[in-house]
Amino acid sequence: MSETDPVDYIQRTREQYERLGYDDYRWAEKKEVPPWTPIKKPISELNVALVASGGAYTKGQIAFHWEDDTGIRLIPSTEPASDVRVTHFAYDLEPAREDPNIVFPTDRLHELVTEKTIGSLATNSVACMGGIYSTRRAEEELAPLILESISNMPGAPVDLVLLVPV
Amino acid sequence: MNPPRAAFVDMPLGYTAGRPHEPEFQRDLLRKVFRAAENMDTPGTIFDLDVTWSDDPSWKNKATSGLNNGVNSAEGDSRLPRVNEPQYQFEEDRIAAEN
Repeated sequence: MSETDPVDYIQRTREQYERLGYDDYRWAEKKEVPPWTPIKKPISELNVALVASGGAYTKGQIAFHWEDDTGIRLIPSTEPASDVRVTHFAYDLEPAREDPNIVFPTDRLHELVTEKTIGSLATNSVACMGGIYSTRRAEEELAPLILESISNMPGAPVDLVLLVPV
Repeated sequence: MNPPRAAFVDMPLGYTAGRPHEPEFQRDLLRKVFRAAENMDTPGTIFDLDVTWSDDPSWKNKATSGLNNGVNSAEGDSRLPRVNEPQYQFEEDRIAAEN
């Protein structure tokens, strides 16, 4: 495999788990074709909502814990990235704490609105802590919360969700 | 997860939306994301945005798995313990949240 290819995380994870003596990791797979809603307006007119799994929260909110925390935090999109904190156990937090936009690109999305690449940023962004090792709990607890926040977004309805994983 | 529209960025773990303190890099990444979304017509497409961390791909050798990112994380399993208590970035956050 050449250096320019993407990292084969699945293969490397298998190898590393074996070296460390862990049981094999079992990835969740979704084989069904995902539902599809055509985008009917130009992107420059869309109301976009940010959903990010890097464990973002703001001061005053209870921070995520690190053992399958299936909660969400609604962060008003008017808050600058400099007010956003991040907490997670499975990625290096230092770069994201220096510049939260790299996992929670709210300032950049505002700039894309100003330059009219997108129409608007939804009233709230939705943050979660993606290190959840129970597929069932992610599906049954977290996913409905995210869906509900998007469906019930104050202000203009959400046209497109930008999911930023970590 | 199999979302309807996906974009791939060749970035280390923890840097999904770009390199720190490089707003133009970050903006450009997002512009590419939205352009890709506009042009997709097949559910389940994963579009390679051709965005990468560095011309020097050597970080990939050290990114041994999803357990460390090859840039800031040590080799091996660099995950922190999965504690059940809220983990605050700042002590003042904990004080603000608990009062």
